[in-house]
Amino acid sequence: MHALVSVRTVENALGMEVPRNAQFIRNMIMGAHGVHDHLVHFYHLCALDWVDIVSAIKADPRATAKLGQSLSDWKRNTYEEIKTTRDRLRALVDSGQLGIYGSGYWGHPAMKLPPEVNLLAVTHYLQALEYQREINKVVALLGGKTPHIQNVAVGGVTNPVNLDSPDTLNMERLYHIRTLMDKADEFVKKVAMVDVAVVGAFYAEWTGYGAGVTNYLSAPDMPMDTRGTEFSLSGGYIPTADLGRFTAIKSFDDEFFAKNVKESIKHSWYEGDWDRHPYDGETVPHYTDFQEDGKYSWVKAPTFKGEPAQVGPLANVLCMYAAGHERTRHYVTKVLETVSSLAKTKVGPSALHSTIGRIAARVVRCAVLNDTLHDQWNALVENISSGDLAYFNQPEIGPGLYQGFGFHEAPRGILSHWIVIENGKIKNYQAVVPSTWNAGPRNDKDDPGPYEAALFNNPVADSERPLEVLRTVHSFDPCLACAIHMFDPEENELVRVRAL
Amino acid sequence: MAKKRAVNLSGVPPGISRRDFIKFCSIMAAGMGLPPAFAPRIAAAITASKRPPVVWLSAQECTGCTETLLRTDHPAFADLILDLISLDYSETLNSGAGHQSEAWRKEIVSDNEGKFILVCEGSFPVKDGGIYCQIAGRPVVEILRETAPKAAAIIAIGSCASWGGVPSASPNPTGATAVDRIIVDRPVINIPGCPPNPYNFLSTVLYYVTFKKLPDLDSRGRPRFAYGRLIHENCERRPHFDAGRFAEQFGDDGHRKGWCLYKLGCKGPETFNNCPTLRYNDVGVWPVNVGHPCFGCSEQGVGFDEPLFSPARPTYITPPTQFAKARPDGGAGGSTLAAAGVGAVVGAAAVAAGVSLGKKDKDHGEE
Repeated sequence: MHALVSVRTVENALGMEVPRNAQFIRNMIMGAHGVHDHLVHFYHLCALDWVDIVSAIKADPRATAKLGQSLSDWKRNTYEEIKTTRDRLRALVDSGQLGIYGSGYWGHPAMKLPPEVNLLAVTHYLQALEYQREINKVVALLGGKTPHIQNVAVGGVTNPVNLDSPDTLNMERLYHIRTLMDKADEFVKKVAMVDVAVVGAFYAEWTGYGAGVTNYLSAPDMPMDTRGTEFSLSGGYIPTADLGRFTAIKSFDDEFFAKNVKESIKHSWYEGDWDRHPYDGETVPHYTDFQEDGKYSWVKAPTFKGEPAQVGPLANVLCMYAAGHERTRHYVTKVLETVSSLAKTKVGPSALHSTIGRIAARVVRCAVLNDTLHDQWNALVENISSGDLAYFNQPEIGPGLYQGFGFHEAPRGILSHWIVIENGKIKNYQAVVPSTWNAGPRNDKDDPGPYEAALFNNPVADSERPLEVLRTVHSFDPCLACAIHMFDPEENELVRVRAL
Repeated sequence: MAKKRAVNLSGVPPGISRRDFIKFCSIMAAGMGLPPAFAPRIAAAITASKRPPVVWLSAQECTGCTETLLRTDHPAFADLILDLISLDYSETLNSGAGHQSEAWRKEIVSDNEGKFILVCEGSFPVKDGGIYCQIAGRPVVEILRETAPKAAAIIAIGSCASWGGVPSASPNPTGATAVDRIIVDRPVINIPGCPPNPYNFLSTVLYYVTFKKLPDLDSRGRPRFAYGRLIHENCERRPHFDAGRFAEQFGDDGHRKGWCLYKLGCKGPETFNNCPTLRYNDVGVWPVNVGHPCFGCSEQGVGFDEPLFSPARPTYITPPTQFAKARPDGGAGGSTLAAAGVGAVVGAAAVAAGVSLGKKDKDHGEE
């Protein structure tokens, strides 16, 4: 998604418009990518913090199927499929070659799901591998391959819109996309949303942990016009969990956003000690090893209006909720109602400010994205029908100074790039990325960032195996490239953890 | 235990039907350029009692190479890790983290010494003692140096591990280095690409598991079954190149008709890869057929090095096996060809084919 933001950034600097077809094609890529990404995160990168696969072997497949059918009318909650999963798990464990599961926390005292719930979740873990792959084909059909799409260019996209040629975006490809979107829909709504609610209900105490920084920042996205002034999904800023004080970010030129972003390197391994706007930022390494009160991270500390902000699906869902986005309100209510009925206690929207709330918000956004994907497909087909076949505007760049920024609500939160161009060459380029907002060290005023703040008072049952720390860090969906080696809270005492 | 053995008596991994499994082995045989008769041998190798252990190290990478494996459907990722190989260590996918993960890697490496396949993703920074990428407080290059001698085979997946990739782009601030520049006393199989096609990686692993030897490699350590030909040689738009029909700008008439992208900077003429024949994500696509030039992501000295839209240096042009009928009035004229710097090559090809450049084909007019 850096590809998309980098072209938006140059388009912003050059004051360009982008054809509507190109906006819709880009929007479909980001929507399909988001659905895929959220499914992979929940099932494959985070669920095994809560689900014990070894316990699943003890489950009775018939009881599991009955449980699954009572929770959802998903067609694949069958005895046969669940039994096959159980048998595969058994064969894996019996083989003695546990592979990626070998280092997990099986039998850990913080694992609380009954065997049947574990087996149902593992069955869906395997199914999710199929559905994330299928929805990702939408990205490939438009982007030429995935990961790393290749169809975006400054000024539009490279997909020729021509219904009467074999080498272009024609009816066959459009309907291939449509079919894949429909497949994902059922899985997201009948499986993923239900599973998240089940985990939430069994681990209801985790609605009380991990809130951390409650200033939320999120980008509006899926532009519907050529200039980026109308968006299908809203975004903005919420200070201190107060939804009443939501301020919207309104366009690709929004000054409220552009003026209030800064990055500090007081505690980061870069030369100097400053707090600067990204147009003036620099990235000159200066490694010192771990210094508890000095520099201790490769990550910079971004701030909005001088304070740390949390980004990601939770920030986005809260902003859309505050902005009155109907689908978001619908799915938030649905997930909370399911959790409440399973946990037999009323769980309201305030529970979202937590470790488990971040996971719930991610599946809400996943459902919203898949619905929006259908809207974008319809908008593209309608626009082509109206006779608009444009998909690219040629960029022109003259001598002199240009500066601009671009943003996108990526799966892990708001991503922004900032560029300064002088006489046709890049003079400065800075990327302020989602995991930087969340994983950043303390800022110039020594305020902790969202990860650090969220770990205060996290319970830890076994300090040798601090699974609970992983639960909270994983709930942010750390960017894969920095997935594991953030810091070691035990050895470095970055945070105090509370023993259970 | 008796039950477990019963599952495996068919010789087919659990969870896959026998028919699908043999089909999969045939596809893999075809991918490796082997006759279908080899499928049973592949099947036998795969179902041998112990799944081949794989240790996957990550260094300076974006995880795109791991991600690409999640998108395969023959085999699907679940079948790969549950039935075909034992992915014993992967920082992205391990269930454990921190000390548990480190201890697990050490155990796996020592228990399987001389038997595991080592896969490296990402480049390895060597400047300033390797401090720019550390794992558990140690430079990752040290982990590579201590692990590689114990591996049965070493695969560098992706352009970063194969030749440096993005992190090594000028001015290479961290000294990002390819695996085969660090491990110089052992063969390293390079599977470049950003990311590479996952089937090229899977075919390499299964080739090794089946035949107990490395596939035939070119001078840059790349399997010939995947990197033996230039993209330009197998590109479906090659007839447009030979006939002189070029897109000059995204969105122009030639671009809308799916003509050759050479003048938009396509690096197909200097990049060795099988993208146009293998394609991506099982939906028959690759960058050129969504209208974007190849940028040479897998080729050292091309991807992340040459400007995106500058013309390729077609050093390796070979005559195509078939020649399209030329319709010069539908595309660019001879003088424009000369300006593109390939006039002589295209001219020679046209002459060889005995095609008249001045004749219009009325039966196949697109206009």
